[in-house]
Amino acid sequence: MTVQPIAFRPFDLSATPAVPFGRLVSVEVRKMADTRAGRWLLISIGLITAAILGVMLAVVVARDMSVSFGDFLTAVSIPMGILLPVLGILSVTQEFGQRTALTTFTQVPSRMRVFGAKLAAALGLAAGASALSILLAAVAYAGCAVMSDAGADFGAGPSDLARFLLVQALGLAGGIAFGALLLNSAAAIVVLFSVTFVLTGLFELGAQTIGWFADLRPWIDFQAAQGPLALGGLGATEWAQLVVSSLPWLVLPLLIGLRRIRRAEVK
Amino acid sequence: MITVTGLTKRYGGFTAVDDVTFTCTPGRVTGFLGPNGAGKTTTMRMMVGLTAPTHGEVTVGGHGFTDIPNPARHVGVLLDASAQHAGRTGREVLVLGARTMGVPDTRVDDMLHLVGLTDAESARRVRDYSLGMRQRLGIANALLGDPSVLILDEPANGLDPAGIRWIRDLLRGFAARGGTVLLSSHLLHEVEQVADDMVLIGHGRIVAAGDKATLLARAHDGVLVEAADPDALAGALREEGLAHRPAGAGLHVDAPALAVGTLAARRGLVLTGLRPDGDGLEDVFFQLTAGTQRDAALPERIAA
Repeated sequence: MTVQPIAFRPFDLSATPAVPFGRLVSVEVRKMADTRAGRWLLISIGLITAAILGVMLAVVVARDMSVSFGDFLTAVSIPMGILLPVLGILSVTQEFGQRTALTTFTQVPSRMRVFGAKLAAALGLAAGASALSILLAAVAYAGCAVMSDAGADFGAGPSDLARFLLVQALGLAGGIAFGALLLNSAAAIVVLFSVTFVLTGLFELGAQTIGWFADLRPWIDFQAAQGPLALGGLGATEWAQLVVSSLPWLVLPLLIGLRRIRRAEVK
Repeated sequence: MITVTGLTKRYGGFTAVDDVTFTCTPGRVTGFLGPNGAGKTTTMRMMVGLTAPTHGEVTVGGHGFTDIPNPARHVGVLLDASAQHAGRTGREVLVLGARTMGVPDTRVDDMLHLVGLTDAESARRVRDYSLGMRQRLGIANALLGDPSVLILDEPANGLDPAGIRWIRDLLRGFAARGGTVLLSSHLLHEVEQVADDMVLIGHGRIVAAGDKATLLARAHDGVLVEAADPDALAGALREEGLAHRPAGAGLHVDAPALAVGTLAARRGLVLTGLRPDGDGLEDVFFQLTAGTQRDAALPERIAA
């Protein structure tokens, strides 16, 4: 055999710096929207929010009710509270369910950087969705004010919007945590919503029937601890309760999940 | 250049990969051969950091794979062509890869063209791809970053004969330009055609390794010779005391080709065929990978 000239460059790493984090984030954003499931999840957040506001607007105008901008914000937070956690779950689990992690982690071996990019991408999408829902709520409220001749008093300051965004971010983070913990879309959705809704119901029941449990509840019930965020009255105690109650329902699953992703044999 | 040193993976009491050591040299295609479950895929997964080894290490170009910044620009990897999101189009799979590794989107079109996926095919969802199309997409993905090293697990799986020839030519060309290629297969003839070096693995252990010619020499015992006048040849062989027996259209002779050729020339016999005979590498392959107790009895050669 004739000896061929060596055409490949020597194995020189100097020309290829590590993939910048921003590029990873933009790829992760793209991954959330380039499948039918992801795209429709994002579209449905917008559609459901618009539909809820439309119904609310119709009812309020028809019955000539007096509502505040805060009521509209509460209304849009309901679909967001369900869909954003799902967005968080899917951002993590689809890599494992569809086994694309094999390619992703081969192209970017630092799994924690990939996870960080997913987190940033999901937070970015959630912030966009939240901003859109605030905007829609504002439009609906303005429409309501015009139609009912009541005059508009938005009355929501930056801190109200910040707390609204924090609630959405916590919901999304919960989805990401359980997604990482279980690495399976269906299981993560079931477990997360069981924890969110079923457990909260049980805590409520316990608080009403057992006296001392009512005092304990805000420290261990993450959902209850988030209640003051929506209402606005947060003192030092409420913040402490929010942090403490997040430990078992957000921080712990997230840490176990991260450890799992770091060590998992990607099949 | 890939260097695998003492690579071992244990799952509980089961040793999937047992002290595997070999190298892949630039400019050559290395075939990684073994039956299903021999440990090929686990070895390759450890090479690219998807599975943590129990012992041992792998370096690519002198670096641990996970230490290489933007490794896809240096090492093209295809481990499982089916591990793609079924809902993405083939093109989208490549666009995600191109964006991640920072190569222009035009590279996506170039690779699609190279692997023979048409625009219409690349616009379809991977769910609707045949295994052969998935393999082509996976190969395009591996080549996307213009790497100088390729690590491919069963790349010919699912390809039709034309596709197998195509990938053979592709890998030969890649190696001829100085690239390093490691490809695995459980089908010997797939690898035999393309590989310069071979590593045979069975039950997690390397049972033979070396350049193809050396391994083939071990596999062959004597030559198959055909002559214009078979009877005259048989008579000559008898007179010279060379053991032979009829085999197909010619004779099997337990002697090197040189001895048989010399004899024919001296006697003025016209030979119409003279080639190594034996059951070939396939037999060696089966022998070597047959059972653990046999493996222990066979000499082990570790590639330098």
